[in-house]
Amino acid sequence: MASKAKKVFILIGTRKGAFVLSGDERRKDWSLRGPFCETWPVSHVIADPKTGAILAGGGNEWFGPAVWRSDDLGETWTHSSEGLAYPEGQDPVKAVWSLARGPGGLYAGVEPAGLFRSDDGGRSWQHVEGLTNHPSRKEWQPGGGGLILHHIVPHPEDARRLWVAVSSGGVFHTADGGESWEPRNRGTRADYNPEDQRYPEYGQCVHSLALAPGANGRMYQQNHCGMYRSDDAGKSWVSIEPGLPSTFGFPAAVHPRDPETLYLLPLNSDIGGRYVPDGKAAVWRTRDGGKSWRDLRDGLPQESAYLTVLRQAMAADALEPAGIYFGASAGALYASADEGESWSCIARDLPSIASVETLVTDG
Amino acid sequence: MDANPGAVSVHLPRALLVLFPGAPSRVEVEAGTVREAIAALDARWPGMRDRLCDSRPAIRRHINVFVDGAKATLDTELRPGGELLVMTAISGG
Repeated sequence: MASKAKKVFILIGTRKGAFVLSGDERRKDWSLRGPFCETWPVSHVIADPKTGAILAGGGNEWFGPAVWRSDDLGETWTHSSEGLAYPEGQDPVKAVWSLARGPGGLYAGVEPAGLFRSDDGGRSWQHVEGLTNHPSRKEWQPGGGGLILHHIVPHPEDARRLWVAVSSGGVFHTADGGESWEPRNRGTRADYNPEDQRYPEYGQCVHSLALAPGANGRMYQQNHCGMYRSDDAGKSWVSIEPGLPSTFGFPAAVHPRDPETLYLLPLNSDIGGRYVPDGKAAVWRTRDGGKSWRDLRDGLPQESAYLTVLRQAMAADALEPAGIYFGASAGALYASADEGESWSCIARDLPSIASVETLVTDG
Repeated sequence: MDANPGAVSVHLPRALLVLFPGAPSRVEVEAGTVREAIAALDARWPGMRDRLCDSRPAIRRHINVFVDGAKATLDTELRPGGELLVMTAISGG
């Protein structure tokens, strides 16, 4: 059993600031701090495991995009957008939507869709022009959330490799640190295209993208049109929808150690309200890479629950057994300390939740 | 700051001030245009230009700047002893 001294932090991005829930490894009692970041809309909050810093990305209608940084677990914050800009004359960067720390540095995904890299922990940024210059860029269409780069998945060891997810451009991969990119969408549908154009090279509306642990090329994605698994680092995808209650949803969370285990939160449909089917909340888990599914409902509301959970709003922690967390756009945050078997609501009335991430420390 | 007859009086909104601890709501700068005034603010509080201007470049869409009571742009000229008012526009929900 792990040391009792471990601390668990849940990092929450909301429409009105960042929040941090703190608990111990039992994950029964939580204390909430926030709102941070001067109540700016915050799309994503992550922990940089290399430095222990918390980084929050967002954008304010008045003051534009920024990445906020705290080196004391949220007590004090600084902010910067130095270099977080497209060249003069282009549509300005409106907001930061996603953050990720990889071996190649810190990355920020923005709206309108593009990628930036920081080599100084978020104090200054450089445009990764190779993605913006991809010939397909002019054909990417904004989804319901705008033309956003909402997931950045660095390879855990190879600093040159990176996947990104764009709504609606699809999944793109670089193997040369961002100089060149290729679409990785083969096998994923675009049901909103004419019948003979449902499997394009790019233009899919990916909602969530995750790399399974083990670095063997296993990936998962929740798409606007289906749920998928890849066993070749995203070069090709197969549907894992059979057994699930719908083909629609936003988040996907991988288990911290088992590449066969994935958590999804299917919503009824893109035209049916986009809430949990029949107003009954459930997380769906596979233990066999998507061949079979089980619904996990114990402790989740099963009556008149019209929850929506957005693309970045579900995460696992690194403890044993793994904790799973999701935040609803109506402001409730649910947690399981036993890999999804049972759930409890640990924050009921937060602002609309955009993202959930976790950090486990040794004390 | 000593009174300077050639300076422009700049008034900053509270939502901006909370982002730059120590910045006062009223400050005097020497500048011939709004662009120069914002550059002077940025020199004193690094990053302030990015909060007020985007990369088009222009004053941000939801920021209003008034020079001696008239809506202004980055190119608007300032007169010695004039007043530059920075305000947050109606926005959000």
